[in-house]
Parts: sequence; structure tokens; C-alpha cells
Amino acid sequence: MSTESTIWKVLEEVKDPEVPVLSVVDLGIIRDVKQTENGAEITITPTYSGCPAMDVIAMQIRMVLAGHGYAPVTIRTVLSPAWTTEWMTETGKEKLLAYGIAPPNPKQQVCTPDFFQQEEAVQCPHCRSFHTRRISEFGSTACKALYQCEDCKEPFDYFKCH
Amino acid sequence: MFHLTLHLADDALIIGHRNSEWTGHGPNLEQDIAISNIALDQIGQARNFYQYAAELCNNNREAYTKFISSPAFHQVSGPIDEDDLAYLRDAMEFRNHLLAELKKGDWAVTITRQFFISLYQQLLYTDLQYSADKRLAAIAEKSLKEVNYHVRWSGEWVIRLGDGTEESHRRMETAIDQLWPYVGELFVPADFQLEAAASGLLKNPEYYRQPWLEKTGAAFEQAGLMLPAPNWYQKGGKQGIHTEHLGHLLAEMQYLQRSHPGAQW
Repeated sequence: MSTESTIWKVLEEVKDPEVPVLSVVDLGIIRDVKQTENGAEITITPTYSGCPAMDVIAMQIRMVLAGHGYAPVTIRTVLSPAWTTEWMTETGKEKLLAYGIAPPNPKQQVCTPDFFQQEEAVQCPHCRSFHTRRISEFGSTACKALYQCEDCKEPFDYFKCH
Repeated sequence: MFHLTLHLADDALIIGHRNSEWTGHGPNLEQDIAISNIALDQIGQARNFYQYAAELCNNNREAYTKFISSPAFHQVSGPIDEDDLAYLRDAMEFRNHLLAELKKGDWAVTITRQFFISLYQQLLYTDLQYSADKRLAAIAEKSLKEVNYHVRWSGEWVIRLGDGTEESHRRMETAIDQLWPYVGELFVPADFQLEAAASGLLKNPEYYRQPWLEKTGAAFEQAGLMLPAPNWYQKGGKQGIHTEHLGHLLAEMQYLQRSHPGAQW
């Protein structure tokens, strides 16, 4: 196994503090990994500009890599290209669904700025009905919107397409 | 470049801070969360701009900071950072539009102001993401994805309130009358914007007036609201001449860093 793929494997241990079933690799925010002499250089991109989890994530990446003997660990942040939910892994989407959060729809369906535009068919993570409605564009964190299932009546978070 | 970056940062921080005043006080839980999320996006965008401004500033500190008279700022030893720019400058050293600093008012004022500013930012960032300055371009590209949500959310509320009850319609009319004199400033270039336009970094803001009016007019038409006639307007924010509201906002926002310099938690 090459050294860089070892680092990718180690990064799987770092979870998003707000959505703890997702690793930073699942989330698609690790943009580059480089092995240096004894350490590592990791390039990350934020999900949202103001996401408070980013500082915690950077710290956890340092700690986990240090725990595996990497020193020094350098973390670079890049903004462009801007993060998109397209970069979330399929495994990540399955983990979200199992956790009770509806995973992001594919990009082509949504993301228009038109007023009162509804996303197509966000599936209820509990009963799998497509008969759902958006309660609020903004949810408990910047990356989520609040939905309710019209069939099982359960409210749920939707990890919104971005 | 430094002044342009600082202006973009100040706009994002001040409107973000105003919106954060709703946290825990929103008209209902969902909208409390929505406006707080928008505030968070804006403060995050401000941080990206301030970090860049701080780097620019450290390269030529004497030239760039001579307009700053705040002693607290000049007492910083070593390189300055994003927090120094946000917390250690006085009101007259801020370069935000006056519209951003006005008090949050009622929900109609907050919504209308947000719609006005988000639409302006949407037009601006759409161009800025292709700027010759790669760093500003990257921040704009990132911010635009968030601003698109802000435009949609605030635009929907403009329509909902304008076309809602008699009272919501009346409050929207009052809000528009109150904010309209502060809209003109968005499209009148300051010296640093003229310089940026001359060097191809960004268009002259005058260029955005027409598309902004068209988009606002379209939303107002759906909302049953009238677009006011062009009128005289207040100006000075981009030159550091502010309303009294900014001083009060800064007093609250900067208190901790001024009283306990370098405090962290």
C-alpha cells in the first residue's frame, strides 16, 4: 500500500463533529494528501464559509495523524473549486440515510435560485416515501434543510444539495 | 486591493452581526434558525475576506494602515490577523455600506434589507469569481453558492409579506420607505472601486444598478409592492462616514477584545 493511501485510510477515522456518521473523506472535503519526510500535508476545503465544524475538523486531523506518528502535519485550506455535495461518497450517502438524514439529491435536479422552487422528491429516510414537504430551507446546521414526511409524519433533516 | 478587500469584509461582517441579533429572538423557530444560518454564512465570508486583507496588509503595513487611527490597532505586535481588523478598528475606519449597519428593525426591515444586499452580492460575486485576482475570485465563488440561498429565502419573504395580510403589507411599505435612501450608495463607486475597475479586478458598481432594479422590480411585482422612484440618497459608508448605529454595534461586538486583548475561549 502506498504511503498516501495509508494517510487516506487514517483520515477515515476523522468524523464530522456535527454529523458523526460521516468521515471527512465521505464528506468530500479532503482535496489532496501528500506524504512529506516524516509528516503529512493535507488540503481541505470548507463545506460552507461559516461552518464552525471546520476548525474542529482541522484539529482532529492533526491529532489523528499525530497519533499515527506523522509529524509535522500541515493543513492547507483552499476555497476554489468550491465544495459541492457531488463530492460526497456513495458510502457517505448510505451512512446518512441509515442515520436518519436524507442524503443530498443529485445536483441536476435542484440548486436554482428561483423563488418558491421546491426540490424534487426528497425521500423520507424513515419510511422511504417521496411524499414529503420542506418546512424550512435552513436546518440545524448550515448544510441541512428541515423536511416533514406527509405519510409517516416524521420530521427529518435533508442534507441539502449544494 | 487592500481597501476593496476590507470593504467586502466589512459589508459581510456588519450585516452578519446585525442578523445575528435575531438569534433567539426570531418570529418563529424555523426563521430564527434561518436568519442565524445566514448570519453564520456572512461572518464566514467576512473571515475569508479579512484573512486575505490581513495578508495584504502585512506586506505593506505602513502604507495600508495610515488611515487607521485606533491606538489599539497600532499596538498589535507582530503580524496583524483577521481579528485585529474586525475588533480593533473604530467606526470611521470601517468601509461597509450604510445599508448594512442600520438597526435590524422589525422582521419586514430585516427581510427587505437582506433582499437588497443579497441581490447586490449575488450580482457582484457572479462577476468577482472571474476576477484577475485569484484569491478574491475563490472567495466569491464560494460565497456565491451561499448568497443564492439568501436571495431565494429573502425574496420569498418579500413576496409572502408584501402579498400577505394588510399589516404585513403596510410594514413592508414602511420598511422600503425607510431603507430606500440607503440603496443608492450600493451603485456609486468609491475611489477604491474605481481603481479596482481600472485595473480589471471588478466592474464599476454603477454597472449593477439596472440589473438590480430589474430583479427587485420583478419580486416587488409578485409581492404587490411599488418600486420607489429614484431619489436622493445617503452616502459616506465607503469613505468611513457612518450613521450613529455603527458605533453602537461596534461597542457591543468589540467589547471583549478591547477589554481583554487577545482573549480566547
